[in-house]
Order: sequence, then structure tokens, then C-alpha cells
Amino acid sequence: MAYDKFTVLKSTCVPLPLENVDTDQIIPARFLKATKREAFGDNLFRDWRYNNDDSPKEDFVLNNDTYSGKVLVAGRNFGSGSSREHAAWAIYDYGFRCVISSFFADIFKGNSLNIGILPVTVSPEFLDKIFKDIEKDPNAQVEVNLPTQTVTLVSTGESESFEINGYKKNNMVNGFDDIDYLQAMKEEIGSFEAARPF
Amino acid sequence: MSKTLFDKVWDAHVVRSIEDGPDVFFIDRHFIHEVTSPVAFLGLESRGVGVIFPERTFATADHNTPTINQHLPVEDPLSANQLRALEGNSAKYGISHWGLGHQKNGIVHVVGPENGITLPGMTIVCGDSHTSTHGAFGAIAFGIGTSEVEMVLSSQCIMQPKPKKMKITVNGKLGKAVTPKDVVLYVIAQISAAGATGYFVEYAGDVFENMSMEGRMTVCNMTIEMGARGGMIAPDETTFAYLKGREMSPKGEDWEKLLKYWATLKTDDDAVFDKELTYTAEEIEPQITYGTNPGLGTSISSTIPKASDVIDGEASYKKSLNYMGFAEGESIIGKEVDYVFIGSCTNGRIEDFRAFASIVKGRKKADNVTAWLVPGSHIVEAQIKEEGLLDIFTEAGFVLRQPGCSACLAMNDDKVPAGKLAVSTSNRNFEGRQGPNSRTLLASPLVAAAAAVSGKVSDPRGFMD
Repeated sequence: MAYDKFTVLKSTCVPLPLENVDTDQIIPARFLKATKREAFGDNLFRDWRYNNDDSPKEDFVLNNDTYSGKVLVAGRNFGSGSSREHAAWAIYDYGFRCVISSFFADIFKGNSLNIGILPVTVSPEFLDKIFKDIEKDPNAQVEVNLPTQTVTLVSTGESESFEINGYKKNNMVNGFDDIDYLQAMKEEIGSFEAARPF
Repeated sequence: MSKTLFDKVWDAHVVRSIEDGPDVFFIDRHFIHEVTSPVAFLGLESRGVGVIFPERTFATADHNTPTINQHLPVEDPLSANQLRALEGNSAKYGISHWGLGHQKNGIVHVVGPENGITLPGMTIVCGDSHTSTHGAFGAIAFGIGTSEVEMVLSSQCIMQPKPKKMKITVNGKLGKAVTPKDVVLYVIAQISAAGATGYFVEYAGDVFENMSMEGRMTVCNMTIEMGARGGMIAPDETTFAYLKGREMSPKGEDWEKLLKYWATLKTDDDAVFDKELTYTAEEIEPQITYGTNPGLGTSISSTIPKASDVIDGEASYKKSLNYMGFAEGESIIGKEVDYVFIGSCTNGRIEDFRAFASIVKGRKKADNVTAWLVPGSHIVEAQIKEEGLLDIFTEAGFVLRQPGCSACLAMNDDKVPAGKLAVSTSNRNFEGRQGPNSRTLLASPLVAAAAAVSGKVSDPRGFMD
């Protein structure tokens, strides 16, 4: 699946200051019945976003026009639970390109990197600064720079570096994916397979 | 250099190590189901690539299959469409497919082991986080996303950075009514739902050495709920006895040769883990959750902890209790229960139904409880009948349904209604997991049985001789 290249993203943020946001909340199981990757963004955070009669819940952040942007800022342990890549698709299809948190669940992080969402892990202190910055000014921006691996609060210039392995960084900067890489080493994989004991 | 069990299996599967990047990691067995595979197959088509080793992939329909009237066409058109896609894709690429009605059909993590597809020393993946179940056999097994499903189909490999290693030891003798589910719920409650994120867990100690294969599967199944990618237990005589003679287990010389290899699959005495935790069996009581993640659980006789005593942030903890309709300091015992679910890849095996039967035998289902008894596979269903458990259930007023994931994630019609409280032997109590606005308490089959006959959360020890 091709995705947009990611280099530098300067954007306002959508704050979701809750811990342990699991993938069942990001996209409930009943919306996983598609056989194509289409319209998952419509059901992003479905049960937090809409009432039973499909009217928007006014107190949920995605229904608050004050906040918008391509960066979702979330509390600790974001994306726990199911391995459903649909959760990452919903976030991407809604329009987010980056999620910032102090801690991500492993599978969600992997899925995000594979489809072109950059998960940025910052310290709890820096996360708190971002939340406070947005609270003070909903138009506050962050700049996420993948080549230099830094995230900066535009209002104050405060900055923190984040980690990503070189291979994944290269993929995201260039819009490559793993399947291109693996297809190029099929012969090596074939020899490996032939020597397996089972 | 000394290695852990995890190192030994991992290192044997690295096709290539990428500098400052992941390993190209070979996968021995790949399970697929109807929900997370269709988009992967579309990806293959759009790239114009095929399935590299179709005999290494197995397909079963489980996530949104009905648990009644499986002989009839599936009513939900979207579910039916996914099931057709799985069948069509499997046929097109030459993949074994155990669809609805097939005698081997059932939940992917139940049918893999019971048919001898899962073996020690293997790497196993599936687009489902509870793939960690197969670690019970000394395999490295974990859940993957759909992009990775496409990678495995097309290349039999994924790109995977090696996780850190954690050892969890439990020694001692488990008390009355304390099951493998209680052991793992206890550990998750101690370290939180994120306590093992970034790690792969190896379980050690006499509690796991003395545990049945089915119990070990329950423990490894739930390891994902502490944030770990998976858990594993060194293969031993219990493992080999379970596997010997299963339909797809190796036979004859192949079996003897593998036994020699499998005997080497244990952690070297001086191998080093990144983190080690040790618990005492005698401190574990029957467990139950009260919040909206599996880490928010406690002993059944305890009260709901105060926000200041839990690891989770206060905002999410209060949201959690508010959702459940519970308050800090309340007793969990005595809460009226509307639904009881026994089944899922965590507790849908024969031992779980035996445990459930041990309490309901000679008693009656409580009138206020709707009970869903859902075997993990047709093989389990047949065992329930052969062993006379069905008669016990029927006499007590219960009905046995047909196999599938069912109310664990409620993708089919088995949904707990809004506001209703369910005691469930499944693995997740997230908001809306068993149906929009439903409320779930995770517990063992014994706790579920006690709730089913008493109509409220009850200590199973009071129902046993």
C-alpha cells in the first residue's frame, strides 16, 4: 500500500489526554467487516464520537471545531489491544499523519509505520507541555521533523528528539514499503525455506 | 554465548539482519481468518505478486461466524461477503481453508494446536493479537497487522526488530479454584496492561511446569494483554505428549528427529533477561476485572481499588469506573450478572468446559442470566458431547452453541446489550468490546460458572467440595 512520504510536518494538534486508548475504541469491531480499505475514517472513535442515533457527541474532541490538524496527541499506552490495522487506517484516513504520545502499544506502532503514520514517542514531561500548549492556544502548532528526528513546540521553540530506526525512517521519508524490499530477496528466502526442519 | 529459549528460536529464523533496522524474520506457520486478510490479498493483486509458500498458510473462518444455524446461509451480508472472500482467496492461491461447516473449523488459536499444526521451535503469526497463544508450545508466536499479512503471503517473512526479554516466574502450589486464567490475570493486574510492552515473555517456575497444555495456552494467550508481543514456555514431556499422534503432527523418523531438536529448546542456565519478575502461587486467589482494560483486575474477594492505588492515570481510571457503573472501594462480589460467556481463544477448550461443568453439575442456571456456551472448535464441541458434559449443561438449563469467536468481540450476533453486565472468560473488557455500551468482567470458567448458577458475582470456592 503506497502512502504519502513523510519529511517535515507543521500542524495544529487534536488533544486526547487519556491513557490506555485501545484499538477497540479507535475502531470498534463491528466496523471491521469490509473487504476493502475504504471509509474507515468515518468510524474513527465511533462510540466516543457519536450517540446511538448517529448524532455527534458534543463533548468529544473530534466534534469540537476548536481543534483540528494532522497531529493527534494522546496519553500513555496509545493503541493497546487488538492487532487490527484498521485502527491505523482509520487514523490515516481521517487525516492524521502523526500521533504523539509518551508510550505506544507495540503492534499499533508497527502498523502505523507500515502505512505511513509517524508514531512519535516523547517524554511524559514533553507530552504534558504539548497538552498545556494546546490548552492555552488551540491554534498552537508542533513541527515534527523526521529527518532530524525532532519535535518542536512552535510557540516556544522547545524541542525534543525522538527515536526511530534508520530503516523505517528511510522508508517513511521515501514512501517505500517492506514488501518492495522483501520481493528483492526472494532467492535468499527460498534457500532459507528449503533448509527449515518443518 | 548463553541464550534464552526466545533467543534460540528467534536466531534460527533470521534470514538477514538489517543494520540500524529490523531483522528479515522467517515465518514457519501463518494463520489467516476472514477479517484481517481480504485487504492483504487485494494488495497482492495490485502488486501482481503471488503467495510464495501456500502450504505454510492455513485459513479458518471464526471472527464473525454465527454460533447457531451454521448450516444456513450467513444472514449478515457483510459477514457473508468476508467469508466468501476468504474462501475465494484460499482457493485461488492454494491455501488450506477450514470454512464454516468444515469439520476442522473453529477459532484459529484453538484449531492450530489441536490439529498438530503448531509445533515447538516454530515462528507463527496471524492477523490477530492472540496468536501469542501458540507460545505455549515453545514457539515464537505473535499478532501482526494486515500489511504484514501481505508480507508473509508474498515472502514468508516480516521485518521485525527483536524485542527485549522478560522472565516471569511463578513458584508454589495454586490454591483451590485458582486456574491458569487466574494466574495470568493476577500477573497483568500486578504490572498493568502496558507492563510488558516492548518485551517478549518467557514463563518459568513449577506452576507452569505442572500446568496442562491447555492451561499454558490460556496463559500465553493473555500475555498480549500485559502489552507483550507474546509469551512462551519451554517445551517438555507435557508438550510432546499433547502433540504426539495429532493429525498433522510429524510422525515416525521425523518425530524422533524433532524430539532431539526440541530437547535443546530451553533457556541456558546463565542466560540473561532484560527484566525478571517472580510471584508466589499461594498469593493468587480467583481473579476478576472491574475496569475497562485487563490490567484493572483484582482478587474476587477484594474491593475495587482507589484511584491513588492504581498505575493507570487518574483520568482514564475514573472514566473506566464511570463506564462500568462502579465506585472505588466497592465489593465486586454480589453484583448482579446479566450475561455469562464461556468460550473464545482464551477459554474455549475442553478443560474449560470441564471446569464450568464441575460447578454447574446438579445446579440450575439462574433465571436472570443469559448464558452463551461456545466451544472453540468442532473438535471441542464433539468432546463436550462425548464426555457427557452436554447432558450436565442441558440438565442445568444451558444450551450449547456452535464454535466461533462469538461474544469475545461481538462481530457476529452474540452481542451483550447496552448497560448489561457480563462475566466473560474471554480476554478483553474494553469499552463496548462485547457490544456497544456493554460491561464486561473477565474471569475464569469457574468464576463464570459460579455467576451463571447464582446470578451474581460469586466466589467459586463456595461452590466446590
